[in-house]
Order: sequence, then C-alpha cells, then structure tokens
Amino acid sequence: MSDDTGIGGPSAKFPLTRWSAIVAARSPDAAERRRGFETLVAAYWKPVYKYIRARWGKSNEDAKDLTQEFFARLIEKDFLATYDPAKSRLRTFLRVCVDGLVANQDKAAQRLKRGGDVLLTSLDFETAEGELGRTEPPAPGGVEEFFEKEWVRSVFALALEGLRAECEQRGKVIHFRLFERFDIEDAGERRLSYEALAREFNLAVTDVTNHLAYARREFRRITLEKLREMTASDDEFRREACGLLGVEPE
Amino acid sequence: MMWVSDRAVERLRVAAGAPDLSGTRYRLVEYVARGGMRAVYRAEDTALGRRVALKVLDLPDPTGELARRMLREARILARMEHPSIVPIHDVGTLADGRVFYTMKFVQGGRLDQYLERAGSLPDRLRVFQRICEAVAFAHAQGVLHRDLKPENIMVGPFGEVLVMDWGVAKILRESPLGERPGPPGIDAGAVQTGGTGREAPAPVTGRETAHGSVLGTPGYMAPEQARGEIDRLDAQTDVYSLGAILRFLLTGHSPLEATTAGAGASPSQGGPASGRVRPRALEAICAKAMADDIASRYTTATELAVEVAPYLDGLPVEAFPESWLVRAGG
Repeated sequence: MSDDTGIGGPSAKFPLTRWSAIVAARSPDAAERRRGFETLVAAYWKPVYKYIRARWGKSNEDAKDLTQEFFARLIEKDFLATYDPAKSRLRTFLRVCVDGLVANQDKAAQRLKRGGDVLLTSLDFETAEGELGRTEPPAPGGVEEFFEKEWVRSVFALALEGLRAECEQRGKVIHFRLFERFDIEDAGERRLSYEALAREFNLAVTDVTNHLAYARREFRRITLEKLREMTASDDEFRREACGLLGVEPE
Repeated sequence: MMWVSDRAVERLRVAAGAPDLSGTRYRLVEYVARGGMRAVYRAEDTALGRRVALKVLDLPDPTGELARRMLREARILARMEHPSIVPIHDVGTLADGRVFYTMKFVQGGRLDQYLERAGSLPDRLRVFQRICEAVAFAHAQGVLHRDLKPENIMVGPFGEVLVMDWGVAKILRESPLGERPGPPGIDAGAVQTGGTGREAPAPVTGRETAHGSVLGTPGYMAPEQARGEIDRLDAQTDVYSLGAILRFLLTGHSPLEATTAGAGASPSQGGPASGRVRPRALEAICAKAMADDIASRYTTATELAVEVAPYLDGLPVEAFPESWLVRAGG
C-alpha cells in the first residue's frame, strides 16, 4: 500500500473511539485537539484538494498551497469554534470555508506555508492528482455533489485502510484479500462468483462466504466508527450515515 | 491509500449495508427494497427450505431507539395471526449487532400496482373488504395501524390481500399474551443472537408517540392524526384511512392528489372525477368514512366493509339511500 499521507494515516494510528473529532478539535487539551484535527484532515484533505482543482480551476501547485493553507488556518485560527452542528453539516461548513479562502486567495497567498507545516507536509498530492484524473469532472452546478462524492470516497478509503490493518493484525489477511477481490476490484459488469473465488484462493465456498461476512461486518463497523468521529451529535451521525450508506432518511 | 473507484463506492455501500447472517439459519439471496430505517432482503431459511423476507435495521442506532421500535413492530406482528396480515417467523440480533426479523415473502404487487391491472369494480371492492377485515381484526387485538395507504397493502396473484408495515402502529390495549410479565428491563439487546426466536416476550407498550408528533401519510391520515392529537386516535382514525383507500380504488388517485387537481375541495370531499366511473353510493361511503367529524364516521372497519356489501349485491347502501330507478340511471 502506498502511504500517501502520514496525517491521519491508517486508522490503526488512533484508537477507534466514539469521541467526536469535532469535540476533540475544540478541546483545551493540546494532544486531544491534535487528534481531532488529524482525524478531520485525514478524511477531508483529498476532497478539499480535488474540490479546489475542480471548482476553482486552480493549478495543482496553487491547489496544494491552498489546501495546506486551509488546514493550517483550520488549526491555527480555530475555525471550528464557529461551527454549529445544529445549523449545517460539517462538510458544508468546511466547503464554505474553502470557498471563502480561495475567493480571498491574494490575502491567503501572503500567509502560505505558515504554521501547521509539521502536521501537513506529508500530504501526498501526487496521488490525489492522479485520482482526480480518474474521476468525472463535476457537472455544471454539481460542485456540491462532487465534494460529497469525494468525501464518501475518502471515508471509505480510510475505512478500507483500517480494515486492512485490522486483518493483518489478526492474521486474517485472506479475509481482506477476498473482500478486495469481491467488493472493491473492478471486474467489469460481471461480478466474480463465490465459486470462482474459492478456486482462486483454494478454499471451500463456505469459507469464502464466511470470510466475506466477517470482512463486510468489520468494514461496516469501522466505517461507522470513522463517521462517528467526524460528527458532533447522534442526530448528525445518523443523517451522515444515510448519505454515506445511500439510505433514504426517515 | 487504496484507490476507490465510483463503482467500488457503490459496491462498498452494498457491502456495508448487507446483513451479516453468519451464525443464523438464513442465507442471503438478494436485496429487495429499502425504506425508512430498514432494508428488506430476500433470504432462504436453510432449516425449512423456504424463502423469507428478512427485514433488517439499516441505520446506525447509537441510542438503541431504532432497535426498540423494530422489535416492537415485530411483536405487534406476532400477536396478529390473520390471513391478511403478513406473518412473522423470527426475530433476533445479527452478529453485526443489527436487529432483524423474518416474515413471509409476499408475492404480488402493491395495491397501487394492482389497480393498474385491476379488472372490474366488484373485484376492487372485494379487495377493499378484505383490507377492512384485516384492519378490523387488528383493532380487535387492540392495534391501530396508523399508516394505511396503497403502498402498505399487497395483493397476491390469487387476489389475496396482505396489510403490511406496522412500524408506526399504536397499541390501544394489551393482548392476553402481552399481559404476561416479561423480564424487567428487557430491550432489543436481550433478543437472542442467531435468529432462534428464543427471546422472552416483553409487554408491548402503546404510548410510544409523543402528543403533537405526526406519523402517517398526508392524504390518507385522519385530521386528528395530522394535528398530532395522539390521545384522540382510535379505530375511527384507521376508518378514515380506509375511506381514503376506497376513494383511491375508485379514482386511481390519492385523496390529496384529487384535492390538488380540484382546488378548493377537501380530501374528504374528493376531487374532480378521473377517467373512472365513481358511483354516487360509493362516493357517499367514502365521504362518511372520511368525515372530518370523528363521530360522523363509521364506528368500525367491519361496519365499513358491511356497508360496501349491499352495493355488490345491487342494493342501496345506508350512506346513500336511493331508489332502484336512480341506481339504474347511474
């Protein structure tokens, strides 16, 4: 796996917790605050970078600088102090903040690469740029949807890294490989059959289905734990889960 | 970090939503539908070799409230054994912590789909009578449905009728079974894992909805329900919805759609005539069932079904006395 960022990193870097990263990011405790920001940066830096490229048409160099500047400000200027979960989703709040930053790019440019560098230097923008080339550009008027889609992609990617780490730790690499082959890798319109997977991995079909059941269960759990960290209330958590899992809210 | 393509995102959504049936006797066959907090899958009961519908909680449930609601729905279904109420087979908690229950896999289509291919008016009225009979049975068991509408009624290939989705039902009183004392403090978490249905029954409590909160579907819910007057809801609240369903069977439109089309008319008055013929006697039955004044409605679902019967026999109905000459003239 390519470690495209040390920020946030694989989920194993932090204990999975029900504590909200938003609450943590506002904590007076420096270590807790750092944990909160790292969680948010890990989930949002790629969507923010891609959004700046797609929405504002910035060059990759400018988008890199603006992304770093955005998160540096988020940390230093305590942007999150003004965030009210009752009024909007965190994702919307962050997107509006990004728009504000880019719109005032001239001022922002004077502050580029100030502070936060220690935290942000290892963001792998090359990978993000490569991914951007593999996605459809946003439709006219569809930038909000684009940002949301990239956020879902980012959360799922983090959860997959978490699942991979867990499987490696528990000696269940085969479970992850089966999950990867069946549920992630693009095999065109036709899906692999359980029988084909059983032959490929020299397993009984029941082992394949059991291993997949384990991996899917853990993937769901890790995904929801990631989401829980990125929301500030039960209600927001449930609403965001609807969006992430593609469920119509009640 | 791993690249997740658009197609992989969709697959991962499906994978994250799929119920973990390991340790149960069920095998997942296919996803069927999703609504509200639940997803429905077709599954195979490997012990009995039959198809079942498996309903599983689809949303994260940090407070356990959704699990309690779903368990409550399962227990309501369990107390209503009637040919026109979908039977529940099993309830439990999956290995992934989600509450599920299995029930009969119903063939056929929803009432609105049935209407598209429905034949004669008498056929539709007979279906309506069966809906009334199921609702009357539920009332006799002390259960109000509170969300009767075409989407919640299935009609099978042989004309069999099943009233579905008792998720917002209200318990008016305990059944003899419900009065049996359960372990104190039992909740959804007490349901046995593995779908063995071994959990101890807990009394189903009826006051689950706060006064002022509105559950139901516009066009089909009675005015007192739309106003959130929870304490005033009784069998005649469902009678109103049955009247709305009868109007749907006559016109092909929900009362709300008809009202929109005929500006100024209230749902109980109905809108302009659609392409279908609406006999005045049946219109009168709808109007009485959907009266804004609760006391003016039929008192029971049975009374409403009985009122339709004379029409099928070519006789006048009480709600619209008419001579045979008038009937002959339409």
